[in-house]
Amino acid sequence: MADNTTSNRNSPPPPIEVRDLTMAYGERVIVRDMNFVVPAGEIFIVMGGSGCGKTTLLRHLIGLMAPAKGRVFRDGVDFWALSGAEQDRMKRRSGILFQGGALWSAMTLAENIALPLREFTRYREKEIREICELKLSLVGLAGFGDYYPAAISGGMRKRASLARAMALDPEVLFFDEPSAGLDPVSARRLDELILALRESLGATVVVITHDLASIFAIGGMAIFLDSGSKSIAARGRPRELLDQGSNPALIDFLTRGERHTKLPALRADGSSKI
Amino acid sequence: MAVSADGAVVLSLAGEWQLGRPRPAVSQLAWPEVAPRLRLDCQALRQWDSSILLYLRPLWEECQRRGIAIDLDDLPPGLRRLLVLATAVTAPLERDDLAEDGFVGRVGEGSRQVLVAALQVCTFVGELCVAVLKLLVGRARMRLGDLITESAKAGYQALFIVSLIGYLIGLILAFIGAIPLKWFGAQIYTASLIGIGMLRLMAAVMVGVVMAGRTAASFAAELGTMQTNEEIDALRCMGVPPMEFLVLPRFLAMTLMMPLLCVYGDILSLAGGLTVGVFYLGFGTVEFWEQLVLTTRLEDLYVGVFTSWIFGMLLGICGCYQGMNCGRDSAAVGRATTAAVVSSIVCMVIATALITVLTVLWKI
Repeated sequence: MADNTTSNRNSPPPPIEVRDLTMAYGERVIVRDMNFVVPAGEIFIVMGGSGCGKTTLLRHLIGLMAPAKGRVFRDGVDFWALSGAEQDRMKRRSGILFQGGALWSAMTLAENIALPLREFTRYREKEIREICELKLSLVGLAGFGDYYPAAISGGMRKRASLARAMALDPEVLFFDEPSAGLDPVSARRLDELILALRESLGATVVVITHDLASIFAIGGMAIFLDSGSKSIAARGRPRELLDQGSNPALIDFLTRGERHTKLPALRADGSSKI
Repeated sequence: MAVSADGAVVLSLAGEWQLGRPRPAVSQLAWPEVAPRLRLDCQALRQWDSSILLYLRPLWEECQRRGIAIDLDDLPPGLRRLLVLATAVTAPLERDDLAEDGFVGRVGEGSRQVLVAALQVCTFVGELCVAVLKLLVGRARMRLGDLITESAKAGYQALFIVSLIGYLIGLILAFIGAIPLKWFGAQIYTASLIGIGMLRLMAAVMVGVVMAGRTAASFAAELGTMQTNEEIDALRCMGVPPMEFLVLPRFLAMTLMMPLLCVYGDILSLAGGLTVGVFYLGFGTVEFWEQLVLTTRLEDLYVGVFTSWIFGMLLGICGCYQGMNCGRDSAAVGRATTAAVVSSIVCMVIATALITVLTVLWKI
């Protein structure tokens, strides 16, 4: 019988563990043979340039896409070996902030937050309303419960989406490009909110981003996906990777191409002065 | 082109280089047998635009091919930067569609896509059946409020357009039918024509076409936009099955409302026919009604209602399927909407043909 758990009797299993994961769209491999563990209560950053497979990795981690090869463990259990109903239960233990917010546009902010509570809990309506107000106030949107997503700004939509992601008090929070589409001040406030919530709630946080300001502001353990080698090219804390990293693609990424990239050589035999 | 004292080949670029004016070709250059380096002399260069880049780029490629180094020191800085950008080599994108090349490859890929689409439709219909079964045993995650909202959209909100089209179609059919019937002095059978034609088929088709363009398209657009905005992903991530939460209320609303709209369309189209019978053909209302009742069977009405019920299911499936399988860009929403209308109408025509043949064979 196949071992579908990360068995270690001395310590609780990590909330997320990825083993030999290969991601592919049909025949096209995006990243191959990934291995990493997201420790409980930590902030974990997945960084890399555009098209390197960050969002695809997120879709694997949150159960929207099955691996081409390898396994994704959630709380020590092989996610894709579970039945559909068990997968759904597992999914509800995490909250996701999608890149565009993904608020249900036909519902008000309060209804967005209330939906998972109504569907998966037996709370009374009064209690649900109180929880909605609480979650909205946690993200600085107290009093906005009756607004529709279209009536608020992009930054507010992201925060409202974060409030919805926290509706069921998840153990793991996923953020897909949290600062995308936000002005620098709003992006920084969202980063600070992520840090504050992580410290207050003690949840494990996985952030998918290519935004350098966010990467250095949030910190935490990070992996760098490289589209060239189609693998995890580096792992560690962003600041340490910047100081000690040797991978050219990583240094290019972390310094916006200022340290490693040279202008394309315009020469045939290397003797040009360019 | 000249050879300098240090052995470098010197190419002078002079005058004005502007698009639309003739420029020399690199192939016309007479290269010396031994040329380790090429220096570009731009002292006499005056105005230039992209035209000079169109000359320098193939020159650089030619030098690379011949193994000649280029010295660009004399180039104006702006031109040098542009040339660097223009000659930078970008790694080609990895292609996974090489199999499509060639006629056989394209036919094979096309066939594969048709097969995949057919499988997707089967899977969708299968999942929808499971959702309906779960609803019957009270385990579906469908909200009654959503069913009521969608029923309102697919029901009473469509009454105006169905009224207008129904009445006018009845009117038109009566006018057209009256022309040949008058030749034989059989104008009274206009009532029969309207009764059988509208009740049995025309009202169902008319309502179906209206609802394909109105509601099936709106289902595809709504769900497609939700797909684009990751709203459906957000549901999946919470363990809420979109099939039960989003598709089921829309499918049921269409299935329940279409027969009702069909009956409503029947009434309005009969009113249209009656208008022609009374005001154009000169019959009394009672006379027209008696002829209608005498020649039209209740089975005609049943066939029409049954047909519209089938249409309701087809429209619900087509609209929701296209929306749920929409791509993730805004153009995809437009494509999904168009595909929903086209596939709805095609499915309705096929279903009409089948129902007509079967009812004739079974003498209904």
